[in-house]
Amino acid sequence: MTTPEDLRNLLNQQDDTATLNRLHTRLTKQAATENLLDVAYRMLDTPVGTLLLAATPIGLVRVAFPVEGYDHVLTQLTERVSPRVLFAPARLDPAVREIEAYFARHRQRFDLPLDLQLAHGFRRTVLEHLSDIAYGTTATYATIATATGNPKAVRAVGSACATNPLPLVVPCHRVIRSDGSLGGYAGGMDAKQLLLHLEAAP
Amino acid sequence: MSLPPFEQVVLDHSQVVLHVCRALVGPHDAEDAWSETFLAALTAYPRLRDDSYIRGWLVTIAHRKAIDRLRAAQRAPIPIGTLPNDPSLDRSAPDRSLDLWHSIAELPVAQRSAVVYHYIADLPYAQVAKMLDRNEPAVRRAAADGIAKLRTTIRREDIP
Repeated sequence: MTTPEDLRNLLNQQDDTATLNRLHTRLTKQAATENLLDVAYRMLDTPVGTLLLAATPIGLVRVAFPVEGYDHVLTQLTERVSPRVLFAPARLDPAVREIEAYFARHRQRFDLPLDLQLAHGFRRTVLEHLSDIAYGTTATYATIATATGNPKAVRAVGSACATNPLPLVVPCHRVIRSDGSLGGYAGGMDAKQLLLHLEAAP
Repeated sequence: MSLPPFEQVVLDHSQVVLHVCRALVGPHDAEDAWSETFLAALTAYPRLRDDSYIRGWLVTIAHRKAIDRLRAAQRAPIPIGTLPNDPSLDRSAPDRSLDLWHSIAELPVAQRSAVVYHYIADLPYAQVAKMLDRNEPAVRRAAADGIAKLRTTIRREDIP
């Protein structure tokens, strides 16, 4: 050995990928046991793209579409929930099972604990009303505004849907415009259309 | 600027912390030391200032954990006697890094710490001096002496 450079080369001779993966898994388990896993996340391939799913100890806290940018979503979780964010798939197992069953048309309702802490005030009220819209049906932004007791708040309902932290599971895709056009969707119009077609199929 | 998600911290620094742990406590205990370091880091993470130098912070935690371990074991230098029989160390490639860890473990503590924190963890001498509670010239000298000693114990043909 002649230089510190040689020392680094020697260190890097060993491929530690498998060891580091094992240590990462061990860390997520210990973190969960010691109540330090504030946000667990994983990815899930679905017909509407690869979703990012995140859960707190309370429940599912975020479902994000690719167009939202995964890095942006993880930063948002870090700033608004906790920086203790780890890739830890196990906590998302129930959500994965239900979402896969939904796309296989074996499930029409989600029965998951939800953590709505990313939605506040009126937006949260709107989200709580969205779950009343039955599978395979739609409601208009105006109907939801009326249901919340604020019939004039049609635009506010629109922005509550647009910022829904739990799309798919809290079914904002079932809300459309009074003239029958689809309105917007955080996952893109193709995703909204696909979900409505999936649910409308006999 | 805000703190990155902790997952990013693990991705960015897990390898260097593993190297540091191997060098401090030997390959046999390195994985446990790694786990203790990252669990302690995760615990403290929300209170970390968002302009902190994260690698230095992690290595400092690893350093404290290693000292705890060595004190608990009540012996120095680092125990390495059982190494060759450790099944977790079986690698298909001839593992010359094992010789390296032996050689590093045999360095006097001051030299070993200086070499590990400056050359393996890549921390500036000023920070290494602070961690070890020594002055900077002494740390530089210890690192140079340590490298010189490694030079005599690690064979030239081991270098890739």
